[in-house]
Amino acid sequence: MKPFTYERATNAQSAAHAVTQNPNAKFIAGGTNLLDLMKLQIETPAHLVDVSRLPLTRIEQKEGGLRIGALVRNSTLAADGHVRRAYPVLSEALLAGASGQLRNKATTGGNLLQRTRCMYFYTRDKPCNKREPGSGCSALQGINRSNAVLAPNDTCIAVHPSDMAVAMIALNASVETVSPAGATRAIPLNDFYTPASTHPEIETVLQPGELITSVSLPPPPPGGQSYRKVRDRASYAFALVSVAVAGNQIALGGVAYKPWRASKAEAALGAGASATEAADAEMKDAKGYGGNDFKIPLARRIIVSTLNDAQEKSNA
Amino acid sequence: MSDKDSANGPTLRGYAPDTAAIDALTSSPSRDVLGQTQPRTARPVTQQIRLKVNGTVHSLSVDTRTSLLDALRENLRFTGSKKGCDHGQCGACTVLVEGMRIVSCLSLAVMHEGDEIVTIEGLGEPGKLHPMQAAFLEHDGFQCGYCTSGQICSAVGMLTEHRKGWPSHATPDVAAASIPLSDAEIRERMSGNLCRCAAYPNILAAIKAAGAV
Repeated sequence: MKPFTYERATNAQSAAHAVTQNPNAKFIAGGTNLLDLMKLQIETPAHLVDVSRLPLTRIEQKEGGLRIGALVRNSTLAADGHVRRAYPVLSEALLAGASGQLRNKATTGGNLLQRTRCMYFYTRDKPCNKREPGSGCSALQGINRSNAVLAPNDTCIAVHPSDMAVAMIALNASVETVSPAGATRAIPLNDFYTPASTHPEIETVLQPGELITSVSLPPPPPGGQSYRKVRDRASYAFALVSVAVAGNQIALGGVAYKPWRASKAEAALGAGASATEAADAEMKDAKGYGGNDFKIPLARRIIVSTLNDAQEKSNA
Repeated sequence: MSDKDSANGPTLRGYAPDTAAIDALTSSPSRDVLGQTQPRTARPVTQQIRLKVNGTVHSLSVDTRTSLLDALRENLRFTGSKKGCDHGQCGACTVLVEGMRIVSCLSLAVMHEGDEIVTIEGLGEPGKLHPMQAAFLEHDGFQCGYCTSGQICSAVGMLTEHRKGWPSHATPDVAAASIPLSDAEIRERMSGNLCRCAAYPNILAAIKAAGAV
Protein backbone atom coordinates (compact mmCIF):
# COMPACT_ATOMS: atom_id res chain seq x y z
CA MET A 1 0.00 0.00 0.00
CA LYS A 2 1.26 3.48 -0.87
CA PRO A 3 1.54 6.03 1.95
CA PHE A 4 -1.33 8.48 2.38
CA THR A 5 -2.42 11.25 4.68
CA TYR A 6 -5.71 10.86 6.53
CA GLU A 7 -8.39 13.14 7.90
CA ARG A 8 -11.75 12.51 9.53
CA ALA A 9 -14.48 14.69 8.00
CA THR A 10 -16.88 16.63 10.19
CA ASN A 11 -19.57 17.49 7.63
CA ALA A 12 -20.52 16.44 4.13
CA GLN A 13 -19.67 19.63 2.30
CA SER A 14 -16.28 20.08 3.97
CA ALA A 15 -15.53 16.45 3.12
CA ALA A 16 -16.37 17.14 -0.53
CA HIS A 17 -14.20 20.26 -0.40
CA ALA A 18 -11.30 18.36 1.21
CA VAL A 19 -11.27 15.82 -1.61
CA THR A 20 -10.94 18.55 -4.23
CA GLN A 21 -8.20 20.34 -2.24
CA ASN A 22 -5.85 17.37 -2.13
CA PRO A 23 -4.41 15.85 -5.28
CA ASN A 24 -5.42 12.23 -5.72
CA ALA A 25 -7.71 12.21 -2.68
CA LYS A 26 -10.54 9.77 -2.06
CA PHE A 27 -13.45 9.36 0.32
CA ILE A 28 -13.40 6.31 2.54
CA ALA A 29 -16.44 4.97 4.41
CA GLY A 30 -16.66 1.21 5.03
CA GLY A 31 -13.41 0.69 3.16
CA THR A 32 -14.10 -2.97 2.36
CA ASN A 33 -13.43 -2.51 -1.36
CA LEU A 34 -11.12 0.52 -1.39
CA LEU A 35 -8.63 -0.92 1.14
CA ASP A 36 -8.54 -4.22 -0.71
CA LEU A 37 -7.66 -2.34 -3.92
CA MET A 38 -5.11 -0.18 -2.08
CA LYS A 39 -3.32 -3.26 -0.77
CA LEU A 40 -2.97 -4.41 -4.37
CA GLN A 41 -1.94 -0.89 -5.47
CA ILE A 42 -4.80 -0.78 -7.94
CA GLU A 43 -6.02 2.27 -6.04
CA THR A 44 -3.24 4.55 -4.81
CA PRO A 45 -4.81 7.62 -3.15
CA ALA A 46 -2.41 10.09 -1.53
CA HIS A 47 -5.06 11.37 0.87
CA LEU A 48 -8.12 9.76 2.46
CA VAL A 49 -11.09 11.73 3.72
CA ASP A 50 -12.91 9.52 6.21
CA VAL A 51 -16.64 10.18 5.88
CA SER A 52 -17.69 7.23 8.04
CA ARG A 53 -18.66 9.41 11.04
CA LEU A 54 -20.88 11.82 9.12
CA PRO A 55 -24.53 11.84 10.24
CA LEU A 56 -25.85 10.14 7.10
CA THR A 57 -27.07 7.01 8.84
CA ARG A 58 -30.85 7.45 8.92
CA ILE A 59 -33.51 5.47 7.11
CA GLU A 60 -36.51 7.79 6.79
CA GLN A 61 -39.95 7.20 5.34
CA LYS A 62 -40.73 10.10 3.05
CA GLU A 63 -43.81 10.76 0.90
CA GLY A 64 -44.66 7.07 0.77
CA GLY A 65 -41.10 6.26 -0.22
CA LEU A 66 -37.82 5.90 1.60
CA ARG A 67 -34.68 7.95 2.00
CA ILE A 68 -31.61 5.92 2.93
CA GLY A 69 -28.57 7.77 4.28
CA ALA A 70 -25.39 7.08 2.32
CA LEU A 71 -23.70 5.67 5.43
CA VAL A 72 -26.44 3.20 6.38
CA ARG A 73 -24.69 -0.15 6.68
CA ASN A 74 -25.75 -2.88 4.27
CA SER A 75 -26.65 -5.10 7.24
CA THR A 76 -28.73 -2.37 8.92
CA LEU A 77 -30.61 -1.65 5.70
CA ALA A 78 -31.31 -5.33 5.03
CA ALA A 79 -32.65 -5.75 8.58
CA ASP A 80 -34.81 -2.61 8.63
CA GLY A 81 -38.42 -3.61 9.34
CA HIS A 82 -39.96 -1.25 6.80
CA VAL A 83 -37.52 -2.33 4.07
CA ARG A 84 -38.30 -6.00 4.78
CA ARG A 85 -42.05 -5.40 4.51
CA ALA A 86 -42.29 -2.76 1.73
CA TYR A 87 -39.11 -3.42 -0.29
CA PRO A 88 -38.30 -7.10 0.33
CA VAL A 89 -36.40 -7.30 -2.98
CA LEU A 90 -33.88 -4.82 -1.57
CA SER A 91 -33.45 -6.77 1.66
CA GLU A 92 -33.04 -10.02 -0.28
CA ALA A 93 -30.47 -8.50 -2.65
CA LEU A 94 -28.41 -7.09 0.23
CA LEU A 95 -28.45 -10.41 2.06
CA ALA A 96 -27.31 -12.20 -1.09
CA GLY A 97 -24.13 -10.11 -1.15
CA ALA A 98 -20.81 -10.55 0.68
CA SER A 99 -20.64 -11.94 4.25
CA GLY A 100 -22.05 -10.88 7.61
CA GLN A 101 -18.78 -9.18 8.55
CA LEU A 102 -18.55 -7.24 5.29
CA ARG A 103 -22.20 -6.16 5.35
CA ASN A 104 -21.55 -4.72 8.83
CA LYS A 105 -18.93 -2.40 7.32
CA ALA A 106 -20.14 -1.77 3.77
CA THR A 107 -22.28 1.33 3.27
CA THR A 108 -25.11 2.23 0.91
CA GLY A 109 -23.07 4.84 -0.97
CA GLY A 110 -19.94 2.69 -1.05
CA ASN A 111 -21.83 -0.31 -2.37
CA LEU A 112 -22.92 1.75 -5.41
CA LEU A 113 -19.31 2.82 -6.03
CA GLN A 114 -17.56 -0.54 -5.61
CA ARG A 115 -15.30 -1.54 -8.48
CA THR A 116 -15.61 -4.59 -10.70
CA ARG A 117 -14.18 -7.95 -9.65
CA CYS A 118 -13.05 -8.77 -13.21
CA MET A 119 -9.89 -10.81 -12.60
CA TYR A 120 -7.88 -8.75 -15.10
CA PHE A 121 -8.72 -5.54 -13.25
CA TYR A 122 -7.09 -7.20 -10.24
CA THR A 123 -4.07 -8.55 -12.14
CA ARG A 124 -1.61 -5.71 -12.52
CA ASP A 125 0.66 -7.42 -15.03
CA LYS A 126 -2.16 -7.94 -17.55
CA PRO A 127 -3.66 -5.27 -19.81
CA CYS A 128 -6.91 -3.76 -18.54
CA ASN A 129 -8.55 -0.64 -19.99
CA LYS A 130 -10.35 0.06 -16.73
CA ARG A 131 -7.16 -0.03 -14.64
CA GLU A 132 -4.82 1.37 -17.29
CA PRO A 133 -6.73 3.12 -20.10
CA GLY A 134 -5.48 2.22 -23.55
CA SER A 135 -3.68 -0.96 -22.48
CA GLY A 136 -6.35 -3.30 -23.89
CA CYS A 137 -8.94 -5.71 -22.53
CA SER A 138 -7.56 -9.11 -21.56
CA ALA A 139 -11.01 -10.54 -20.91
CA LEU A 140 -12.18 -10.35 -24.53
CA GLN A 141 -10.15 -13.42 -25.46
CA GLY A 142 -9.16 -14.51 -21.98
CA ILE A 143 -10.97 -15.96 -19.00
CA ASN A 144 -14.32 -14.21 -19.24
CA ARG A 145 -16.68 -16.49 -17.32
CA SER A 146 -17.74 -13.62 -15.05
CA ASN A 147 -17.95 -10.93 -17.74
CA ALA A 148 -20.70 -9.00 -19.48
CA VAL A 149 -23.02 -10.23 -22.22
CA LEU A 150 -25.12 -7.08 -22.60
CA ALA A 151 -23.93 -3.74 -24.02
CA PRO A 152 -21.19 -5.58 -25.94
CA ASN A 153 -18.09 -3.60 -26.89
CA ASP A 154 -14.38 -4.16 -27.47
CA THR A 155 -13.10 -1.85 -24.73
CA CYS A 156 -14.23 -3.37 -21.44
CA ILE A 157 -16.59 -6.24 -20.62
CA ALA A 158 -16.32 -6.01 -16.83
CA VAL A 159 -19.57 -6.24 -14.85
CA HIS A 160 -20.77 -4.13 -11.96
CA PRO A 161 -20.64 -6.46 -8.96
CA SER A 162 -23.38 -5.06 -6.69
CA ASP A 163 -26.49 -6.98 -5.67
CA MET A 164 -28.01 -4.03 -3.78
CA ALA A 165 -27.87 -1.76 -6.82
CA VAL A 166 -29.76 -4.29 -8.97
CA ALA A 167 -32.71 -4.16 -6.58
CA MET A 168 -32.44 -0.36 -6.38
CA ILE A 169 -32.54 -0.05 -10.18
CA ALA A 170 -35.70 -2.18 -10.23
CA LEU A 171 -37.16 0.09 -7.52
CA ASN A 172 -36.46 3.33 -9.51
CA ALA A 173 -33.97 4.64 -6.95
CA SER A 174 -32.28 8.01 -7.24
CA VAL A 175 -28.94 9.08 -5.80
CA GLU A 176 -28.64 12.38 -3.93
CA THR A 177 -25.29 14.16 -3.78
CA VAL A 178 -23.59 17.30 -2.51
CA SER A 179 -20.86 19.11 -4.44
CA PRO A 180 -17.80 20.83 -2.93
CA ALA A 181 -19.62 24.16 -3.46
CA GLY A 182 -22.62 22.87 -1.51
CA ALA A 183 -24.94 22.28 -4.48
CA THR A 184 -27.18 19.25 -4.24
CA ARG A 185 -28.68 17.16 -7.01
CA ALA A 186 -30.64 13.93 -7.48
CA ILE A 187 -29.54 11.48 -10.18
CA PRO A 188 -31.75 8.57 -11.26
CA LEU A 189 -29.70 5.46 -10.48
CA ASN A 190 -30.38 4.21 -13.99
CA ASP A 191 -28.47 7.27 -15.31
CA PHE A 192 -25.73 7.09 -12.66
CA TYR A 193 -23.31 4.69 -14.37
CA THR A 194 -21.51 5.69 -17.57
CA PRO A 195 -20.94 3.30 -20.50
CA ALA A 196 -17.80 1.19 -20.43
CA SER A 197 -17.30 1.45 -24.19
CA THR A 198 -15.64 4.87 -24.17
CA HIS A 199 -13.96 5.50 -20.81
CA PRO A 200 -14.15 2.32 -18.71
CA GLU A 201 -11.93 3.94 -16.07
CA ILE A 202 -14.75 6.44 -15.40
CA GLU A 203 -17.75 4.61 -14.01
CA THR A 204 -20.27 7.20 -12.82
CA VAL A 205 -21.49 10.72 -13.57
CA LEU A 206 -20.14 11.96 -10.22
CA GLN A 207 -17.93 15.02 -10.52
CA PRO A 208 -14.65 15.37 -8.59
CA GLY A 209 -15.40 15.77 -4.89
CA GLU A 210 -19.13 15.10 -5.30
CA LEU A 211 -20.31 13.04 -2.33
CA ILE A 212 -23.32 10.72 -2.20
CA THR A 213 -25.48 11.74 0.75
CA SER A 214 -28.51 9.46 0.34
CA VAL A 215 -30.44 7.14 -1.93
CA SER A 216 -34.20 7.63 -2.30
CA LEU A 217 -36.80 5.08 -3.27
CA PRO A 218 -40.28 6.03 -4.52
CA PRO A 219 -43.24 4.15 -3.01
CA PRO A 220 -43.00 0.43 -3.79
CA PRO A 221 -44.73 -0.51 -7.07
CA PRO A 222 -47.84 -2.71 -6.86
CA GLY A 223 -47.17 -6.42 -7.27
CA GLY A 224 -44.79 -8.99 -5.86
CA GLN A 225 -41.05 -8.59 -5.40
CA SER A 226 -38.24 -11.11 -5.66
CA TYR A 227 -34.44 -11.28 -6.00
CA ARG A 228 -32.78 -14.35 -7.40
CA LYS A 229 -29.00 -14.77 -7.65
CA VAL A 230 -27.07 -17.55 -9.35
CA ARG A 231 -23.44 -18.02 -8.36
CA ASP A 232 -20.68 -20.61 -8.19
CA ARG A 233 -21.15 -21.18 -4.44
CA ALA A 234 -24.32 -21.20 -2.37
CA SER A 235 -23.07 -18.25 -0.32
CA TYR A 236 -20.46 -15.50 -0.27
CA ALA A 237 -19.79 -15.21 -4.01
CA PHE A 238 -20.50 -12.64 -6.68
CA ALA A 239 -23.38 -13.16 -9.09
CA LEU A 240 -23.04 -14.90 -12.40
CA VAL A 241 -26.56 -13.70 -13.13
CA SER A 242 -29.06 -12.08 -10.81
CA VAL A 243 -32.56 -10.76 -11.37
CA ALA A 244 -34.59 -8.31 -9.30
CA VAL A 245 -38.33 -8.02 -9.88
CA ALA A 246 -40.54 -5.39 -8.27
CA GLY A 247 -44.05 -5.53 -9.73
CA ASN A 248 -43.60 -4.97 -13.47
CA GLN A 249 -40.08 -3.56 -13.01
CA ILE A 250 -37.12 -5.81 -13.77
CA ALA A 251 -33.35 -5.40 -13.38
CA LEU A 252 -30.42 -7.75 -14.04
CA GLY A 253 -27.04 -8.14 -12.34
CA GLY A 254 -23.84 -9.81 -13.50
CA VAL A 255 -24.53 -9.17 -17.17
CA ALA A 256 -23.40 -5.60 -17.92
CA TYR A 257 -21.15 -2.72 -16.86
CA LYS A 258 -24.03 -1.47 -14.74
CA PRO A 259 -27.02 -2.97 -12.94
CA TRP A 260 -29.19 -3.44 -16.00
CA ARG A 261 -32.77 -2.22 -16.27
CA ALA A 262 -34.57 -4.80 -18.41
CA SER A 263 -36.71 -2.25 -20.25
CA LYS A 264 -37.20 -4.45 -23.32
CA ALA A 265 -38.58 -7.25 -21.18
CA GLU A 266 -40.81 -4.76 -19.35
CA ALA A 267 -42.14 -3.39 -22.65
CA ALA A 268 -42.84 -6.89 -23.92
CA LEU A 269 -44.74 -7.79 -20.76
CA GLY A 270 -46.68 -4.54 -21.03
CA ALA A 271 -47.69 -5.53 -24.57
CA GLY A 272 -49.05 -8.85 -23.32
CA ALA A 273 -46.05 -11.12 -23.98
CA SER A 274 -45.35 -14.16 -21.82
CA ALA A 275 -42.46 -14.20 -19.35
CA THR A 276 -40.45 -16.36 -21.74
CA GLU A 277 -41.08 -13.99 -24.65
CA ALA A 278 -40.14 -11.04 -22.45
CA ALA A 279 -36.87 -12.70 -21.41
CA ASP A 280 -36.09 -13.48 -25.04
CA ALA A 281 -36.71 -9.85 -26.00
CA GLU A 282 -34.26 -8.64 -23.35
CA MET A 283 -31.48 -11.06 -24.26
CA LYS A 284 -31.92 -10.88 -28.03
CA ASP A 285 -28.90 -8.60 -28.52
CA ALA A 286 -26.68 -10.31 -25.95
CA LYS A 287 -23.21 -11.40 -27.00
CA GLY A 288 -21.01 -14.04 -25.39
CA TYR A 289 -17.22 -14.10 -25.46
CA GLY A 290 -16.72 -17.84 -25.03
CA GLY A 291 -16.43 -18.41 -21.32
CA ASN A 292 -19.56 -16.44 -20.53
CA ASP A 293 -21.81 -17.76 -23.32
CA PHE A 294 -23.76 -19.71 -20.71
CA LYS A 295 -24.98 -16.46 -19.17
CA ILE A 296 -27.35 -15.75 -22.06
CA PRO A 297 -29.65 -18.78 -21.68
CA LEU A 298 -29.12 -18.65 -17.90
CA ALA A 299 -30.31 -15.03 -17.75
CA ARG A 300 -33.37 -15.93 -19.84
CA ARG A 301 -34.32 -18.69 -17.44
CA ILE A 302 -33.68 -16.65 -14.30
CA ILE A 303 -35.77 -13.76 -15.63
CA VAL A 304 -38.68 -16.17 -16.15
CA SER A 305 -38.30 -17.92 -12.78
CA THR A 306 -37.95 -14.65 -10.86
CA LEU A 307 -41.02 -13.18 -12.59
CA ASN A 308 -42.95 -16.31 -11.62
CA ASP A 309 -41.64 -16.14 -8.06
CA ALA A 310 -42.68 -12.48 -7.71
CA GLN A 311 -46.11 -13.36 -9.11
CA GLU A 312 -46.52 -16.16 -6.57
CA LYS A 313 -45.54 -13.82 -3.74
CA SER A 314 -48.05 -11.29 -5.02
CA ASN A 315 -50.81 -13.93 -5.02
CA ALA A 316 -49.86 -15.02 -1.51
CA MET B 1 16.59 -20.98 -6.82
CA SER B 2 18.28 -23.73 -8.85
CA ASP B 3 21.49 -25.53 -7.83
CA LYS B 4 23.32 -23.67 -10.58
CA ASP B 5 22.27 -20.36 -9.11
CA SER B 6 23.45 -21.47 -5.69
CA ALA B 7 26.82 -22.50 -7.07
CA ASN B 8 27.28 -19.03 -8.54
CA GLY B 9 26.44 -17.33 -5.30
CA PRO B 10 23.49 -15.11 -4.57
CA THR B 11 21.54 -13.97 -7.61
CA LEU B 12 20.59 -10.45 -8.54
CA ARG B 13 17.19 -11.17 -7.04
CA GLY B 14 18.87 -11.57 -3.67
CA TYR B 15 20.51 -8.19 -3.95
CA ALA B 16 17.67 -6.31 -5.64
CA PRO B 17 16.70 -3.49 -3.34
CA ASP B 18 13.14 -3.27 -2.14
CA THR B 19 12.34 -0.15 -4.09
CA ALA B 20 9.03 0.33 -2.33
CA ALA B 21 10.78 0.36 1.03
CA ILE B 22 13.39 2.81 -0.24
CA ASP B 23 10.70 5.03 -1.74
CA ALA B 24 8.96 4.98 1.56
CA LEU B 25 12.07 5.99 3.45
CA THR B 26 13.25 8.68 1.05
CA SER B 27 12.15 12.10 2.13
CA SER B 28 14.04 14.41 -0.20
CA PRO B 29 14.17 14.60 -4.00
CA SER B 30 16.56 11.96 -5.29
CA ARG B 31 18.68 11.79 -8.43
CA ASP B 32 18.49 8.91 -10.86
CA VAL B 33 21.41 7.42 -12.80
CA LEU B 34 21.34 10.30 -15.31
CA GLY B 35 21.52 12.82 -12.54
CA GLN B 36 17.99 14.07 -13.12
CA THR B 37 15.97 15.11 -10.14
CA GLN B 38 13.07 12.81 -9.41
CA PRO B 39 9.85 14.03 -7.84
CA ARG B 40 9.58 13.64 -4.11
CA THR B 41 8.13 10.25 -3.28
CA ALA B 42 5.40 9.83 -0.75
CA ARG B 43 6.66 9.36 2.79
CA PRO B 44 4.99 7.17 5.36
CA VAL B 45 2.65 9.15 7.54
CA THR B 46 2.42 8.30 11.21
CA GLN B 47 -0.42 9.29 13.45
CA GLN B 48 -0.95 9.10 17.20
CA ILE B 49 -4.20 7.31 18.02
CA ARG B 50 -6.05 5.90 21.00
CA LEU B 51 -7.72 2.53 20.64
CA LYS B 52 -10.04 1.02 23.23
CA VAL B 53 -9.46 -2.71 23.15
CA ASN B 54 -11.08 -5.14 25.58
CA GLY B 55 -12.01 -2.27 27.89
CA THR B 56 -8.58 -0.63 28.07
CA VAL B 57 -7.53 2.50 26.16
CA HIS B 58 -4.14 2.18 24.46
CA SER B 59 -2.18 5.07 23.01
CA LEU B 60 -0.10 4.15 20.00
CA SER B 61 1.65 5.63 17.02
CA VAL B 62 0.75 4.00 13.71
CA ASP B 63 1.47 4.41 10.02
CA THR B 64 -1.86 5.51 8.50
CA ARG B 65 -1.72 2.37 6.34
CA THR B 66 -1.91 0.08 9.37
CA SER B 67 -4.97 -2.15 9.32
CA LEU B 68 -6.91 -2.59 12.54
CA LEU B 69 -5.70 -6.21 12.47
CA ASP B 70 -2.02 -5.24 12.29
CA ALA B 71 -2.44 -2.63 15.02
CA LEU B 72 -4.03 -5.25 17.27
CA ARG B 73 -1.42 -7.90 16.52
CA GLU B 74 1.80 -6.00 15.96
CA ASN B 75 1.40 -2.88 18.08
CA LEU B 76 -0.76 -4.14 20.93
CA ARG B 77 0.21 -7.85 20.83
CA PHE B 78 -3.37 -9.14 20.77
CA THR B 79 -2.20 -12.00 18.60
CA GLY B 80 -5.37 -14.06 19.02
CA SER B 81 -6.83 -12.40 15.91
CA LYS B 82 -5.23 -14.10 12.93
CA LYS B 83 -4.19 -12.92 9.50
CA GLY B 84 -5.36 -15.38 6.87
CA CYS B 85 -5.96 -13.82 3.46
CA ASP B 86 -5.65 -10.13 4.48
CA HIS B 87 -8.35 -9.38 1.88
CA GLY B 88 -11.58 -9.90 3.80
CA GLN B 89 -12.26 -13.30 2.31
CA CYS B 90 -11.47 -15.78 5.10
CA GLY B 91 -12.78 -14.23 8.33
CA ALA B 92 -9.77 -15.28 10.49
CA CYS B 93 -9.32 -11.66 11.62
CA THR B 94 -12.93 -11.17 12.77
CA VAL B 95 -13.30 -8.93 15.85
CA LEU B 96 -16.25 -7.13 17.42
CA VAL B 97 -16.43 -3.35 16.99
CA GLU B 98 -19.29 -1.65 18.85
CA GLY B 99 -20.69 -5.16 19.28
CA MET B 100 -20.74 -5.86 15.53
CA ARG B 101 -18.49 -8.42 13.85
CA ILE B 102 -16.18 -7.05 11.18
CA VAL B 103 -13.05 -8.24 9.39
CA SER B 104 -10.25 -6.21 10.95
CA CYS B 105 -7.95 -6.62 7.93
CA LEU B 106 -10.19 -4.40 5.77
CA SER B 107 -10.31 -1.51 8.19
CA LEU B 108 -7.75 1.13 9.09
CA ALA B 109 -6.63 1.50 12.69
CA VAL B 110 -6.90 5.30 12.41
CA MET B 111 -10.61 4.94 11.62
CA HIS B 112 -11.36 3.26 14.95
CA GLU B 113 -10.55 5.98 17.47
CA GLY B 114 -13.42 6.12 19.93
CA ASP B 115 -14.73 2.64 19.10
CA GLU B 116 -15.21 -0.21 21.55
CA ILE B 117 -13.15 -3.10 20.16
CA VAL B 118 -13.34 -6.64 21.52
CA THR B 119 -10.94 -9.39 20.43
CA ILE B 120 -10.90 -13.07 21.33
CA GLU B 121 -8.74 -12.13 24.34
CA GLY B 122 -11.54 -9.88 25.59
CA LEU B 123 -14.28 -12.48 25.30
CA GLY B 124 -12.89 -14.75 27.98
CA GLU B 125 -9.72 -16.14 29.48
CA PRO B 126 -8.47 -19.48 30.79
CA GLY B 127 -10.63 -20.49 33.73
CA LYS B 128 -13.27 -17.95 32.72
CA LEU B 129 -14.16 -18.82 29.16
CA HIS B 130 -16.93 -17.19 27.16
CA PRO B 131 -19.73 -19.73 26.57
CA MET B 132 -18.84 -19.79 22.87
CA GLN B 133 -15.20 -20.57 23.64
CA ALA B 134 -16.26 -23.34 26.02
CA ALA B 135 -18.64 -24.76 23.39
CA PHE B 136 -15.90 -24.88 20.75
CA LEU B 137 -13.73 -26.86 23.19
CA GLU B 138 -16.60 -29.14 24.20
CA HIS B 139 -17.58 -29.87 20.58
CA ASP B 140 -14.06 -29.97 19.16
CA GLY B 141 -14.92 -27.12 16.78
CA PHE B 142 -11.46 -26.91 15.22
CA GLN B 143 -8.48 -28.89 14.05
CA CYS B 144 -5.45 -26.66 13.48
CA GLY B 145 -7.10 -23.76 15.31
CA TYR B 146 -5.96 -20.96 13.03
CA CYS B 147 -9.46 -19.83 12.06
CA THR B 148 -10.91 -20.45 15.53
CA SER B 149 -10.67 -17.01 17.11
CA GLY B 150 -12.32 -15.55 14.02
CA GLN B 151 -14.99 -18.25 14.07
CA ILE B 152 -15.75 -17.59 17.74
CA CYS B 153 -15.89 -13.79 17.44
CA SER B 154 -18.03 -14.14 14.33
CA ALA B 155 -20.38 -16.61 16.03
CA VAL B 156 -20.83 -14.26 19.00
CA GLY B 157 -21.64 -11.37 16.64
CA MET B 158 -23.91 -13.61 14.57
CA LEU B 159 -25.99 -14.62 17.60
CA THR B 160 -26.39 -10.95 18.51
CA GLU B 161 -27.65 -10.23 15.00
CA HIS B 162 -30.10 -13.13 15.19
CA ARG B 163 -31.38 -11.98 18.59
CA LYS B 164 -32.10 -8.60 16.99
CA GLY B 165 -34.29 -10.41 14.46
CA TRP B 166 -32.05 -9.88 11.45
CA PRO B 167 -32.92 -12.08 8.44
CA SER B 168 -30.35 -13.82 6.24
CA HIS B 169 -30.11 -15.16 2.71
CA ALA B 170 -31.36 -18.49 4.10
CA THR B 171 -34.54 -16.91 5.51
CA PRO B 172 -37.55 -17.97 3.37
CA ASP B 173 -39.48 -14.76 4.10
CA VAL B 174 -37.34 -11.74 5.01
CA ALA B 175 -40.40 -10.01 6.47
CA ALA B 176 -41.01 -12.81 9.00
CA ALA B 177 -41.23 -11.58 12.58
CA SER B 178 -39.56 -14.66 14.03
CA ILE B 179 -36.72 -16.54 12.36
CA PRO B 180 -35.76 -19.93 13.85
CA LEU B 181 -31.98 -20.43 13.88
CA SER B 182 -31.89 -23.56 11.74
CA ASP B 183 -28.70 -25.31 10.65
CA ALA B 184 -29.13 -23.70 7.22
CA GLU B 185 -29.42 -20.27 8.87
CA ILE B 186 -26.25 -20.80 10.93
CA ARG B 187 -24.27 -22.07 7.94
CA GLU B 188 -25.35 -19.11 5.80
CA ARG B 189 -24.70 -16.56 8.53
CA MET B 190 -21.22 -18.03 9.15
CA SER B 191 -20.25 -18.22 5.46
CA GLY B 192 -17.72 -15.41 5.92
CA ASN B 193 -15.53 -17.69 8.05
CA LEU B 194 -13.56 -20.36 6.24
CA CYS B 195 -12.06 -23.43 7.93
CA ARG B 196 -9.60 -25.23 5.66
CA CYS B 197 -9.55 -28.19 8.07
CA ALA B 198 -13.30 -28.37 7.35
CA ALA B 199 -14.33 -28.61 10.98
CA TYR B 200 -17.70 -27.21 9.97
CA PRO B 201 -19.95 -29.91 11.48
CA ASN B 202 -18.36 -29.41 14.90
CA ILE B 203 -18.35 -25.62 14.55
CA LEU B 204 -22.08 -25.84 13.82
CA ALA B 205 -22.62 -28.05 16.86
CA ALA B 206 -20.64 -25.65 19.08
CA ILE B 207 -22.62 -22.63 17.91
CA LYS B 208 -25.92 -24.43 18.43
CA ALA B 209 -24.89 -25.37 21.96
CA ALA B 210 -23.67 -21.88 22.87
CA GLY B 211 -26.72 -20.29 21.30
CA ALA B 212 -29.00 -22.78 23.07
CA VAL B 213 -30.62 -23.60 19.73
